Amino acid sequence: MNISLILNIALNLIRARMKQSAIAAIGVTFGIAMFIALVSFMNGLNNLLDGLMLNRTPHVRMYNEIKPSAQQPITLSDNYTKSNNFISSIKPKDRGKEIYNSKSIIAVLKKDPRIVDVAPKVTAPVFFNSGTIEITGVVNGIDVPAEEHLFSVSSYIIDGNVFDLASVPNTIIIGKGLSEKMLVKIGDVIQITTLRGGLVSLKIVGISQIGIAEVDNTMSYTSLETAQMILGESAGYITDIQVKLTNVALAPAAAKEYRSRFSIDAIDAQTANSQFETGSKVRSIISYAVGITLLIVAGFGIYNILNMMIYEKMDSIAILKATGFSGSDVKWIFISLSLIIGITGGLFGLLVGFILTKIIGVIPFETASLPTIKTYPVDYKLAYYLIGISFAVFTTTIAGLLPARKASRIDPVEIIRGK
Amino acid sequence: MTLRNVLETKKINKYFFDPVKFQVLSDITFSVKQGEFVSVVGKSGCGKSTLLYILSTMDTDFEGELFINGEPLTNNSDKDLARIRNEYIGFVFQFHYLLNEYNVLKNVMIPGIKLAKYSYEEIEHRAMEHLRTLDMHSQALKSPNQLSGGQKQRVAIARALINDPLIVMGDEPTGNLDKKNSDMVFDIFNAIVQEKKQTMLIVTHDADFAQRTHRIIEMADGKIISETNTLHRRSAPTDITT
Repeated sequence: MNISLILNIALNLIRARMKQSAIAAIGVTFGIAMFIALVSFMNGLNNLLDGLMLNRTPHVRMYNEIKPSAQQPITLSDNYTKSNNFISSIKPKDRGKEIYNSKSIIAVLKKDPRIVDVAPKVTAPVFFNSGTIEITGVVNGIDVPAEEHLFSVSSYIIDGNVFDLASVPNTIIIGKGLSEKMLVKIGDVIQITTLRGGLVSLKIVGISQIGIAEVDNTMSYTSLETAQMILGESAGYITDIQVKLTNVALAPAAAKEYRSRFSIDAIDAQTANSQFETGSKVRSIISYAVGITLLIVAGFGIYNILNMMIYEKMDSIAILKATGFSGSDVKWIFISLSLIIGITGGLFGLLVGFILTKIIGVIPFETASLPTIKTYPVDYKLAYYLIGISFAVFTTTIAGLLPARKASRIDPVEIIRGK
Repeated sequence: MTLRNVLETKKINKYFFDPVKFQVLSDITFSVKQGEFVSVVGKSGCGKSTLLYILSTMDTDFEGELFINGEPLTNNSDKDLARIRNEYIGFVFQFHYLLNEYNVLKNVMIPGIKLAKYSYEEIEHRAMEHLRTLDMHSQALKSPNQLSGGQKQRVAIARALINDPLIVMGDEPTGNLDKKNSDMVFDIFNAIVQEKKQTMLIVTHDADFAQRTHRIIEMADGKIISETNTLHRRSAPTDITT
């Protein structure tokens, strides 16, 4: 097969029908550009929303759940082993929420190769005193360097510096909602009442905003030591161990393993955030579906123009066949014709799509709930462009195949004798 | 000097099935030697064009045997037949079938590029030579639709000759031309036969044209009814009516 001759004939056929070919190519361009813009934007949005939740939740969180004793007295009796026991008289034991032996657990975890880092945490419900009113809230005592490494807390601090928590004792960072309610700002001192009645004064060194009102209205951060001091506990007191793994997919298995190994409660990110995953998936499916639909429409455009060309060029096909082109040569002429239209349109589509995403990427997008976002999020990924051009090649090949087969079956005798 | 058969048929039968079974050709057996100038004549509907298209390998739906250059052509693939047409057969039709997308020179070159026996430059040179012998070289870079009917037919002849085919087949090549242009086409064919010893097989109903060829095959109702060799009495006055 003489490829350059076949390509040359295809190109000349396109040139003879430049306008229609251009329109067919523009169809592909439009489809691909829309696909790129849509997928990049949707995935940018997905990453943003996932980040909002997933980046802030540990891959595995270990804690002590308050639960009733698994061994109720009646199950210990031999008389009732075959009975359905529903009498449970032993209430949950008050072990507190402290994780026992937390130091050695952390030491073991830090040696695990799957783990990026471990961040211990103390959470305690407290009341913030504002005049005569007490506002319920939560204090998170964090190990500042570890927490910053795992969850980059500093990106949610809109005012002040998170490292002041570690360097200055008796300091706190409070949520924006809280600061607005209590009319306080950086440098002010607030008073906190613990559940046990203790009263502590803390200096505000920062304001945080996560973007979820419920959280910003109750959340506050202190250093681990400050939190332990507020609660009147010793230096080993830890209520949560947060773990980030090298790959989030390992989380369910890891959580299961730690549960039995340390006899502790452990929850993985997938279980904790299952509804977010579903949302992301649905958005991806929608953007791909729209993109593919556009391309199929473009494919019909190519199919049409090829059919038209074949009817117009019956004579040319007949003489090519008479002078030594086989059916498959003719088929390849029309397939390459379709591919030229598809690839040209597709490449332009990638370019237009890229420009579109650039435009979307600079449109201001400011919302009170997302303080770190200034413009619409766009995910630039080579994979989308590769998928886009593959789609273009695939649909145009399919669209070209049927007319090309028809052209290859044209009987030159019928055409020539019909004249 | 014994000349080999470039074309030979044995008992070719062909039927049309639409609307009813009808035998178009029955037991066509004949052969054409290299360098012969043969014309096939007959009333319209006698099957002469049908025969030509079978001989051209474009119509494969027939019974019997066909040999081109001694090679039997039965059960060959579409690709093989296309190669045989490309290499051994040149076509001139009533209509010129030039591609308007290409200029005259490129039209002549395409079958040559397809065969790829020579380099592109060599093919271009040969195409130019063919155009020169047909006195068309000054039009080489024009588009086919800028040419007159006679000129187009000359370009089509140049295209048929580009691969130095064993045999040139024509289906009413002068059918659309006036007397002057018909004479010119005949002279070109005659010159090719004389000078290059190529073979001509021309289906025509132009009696004048047929009279001047070397051998006339007359057909009626799908059969060959007579063969006349006109070569011996070329100088003598003829009274053959067709």
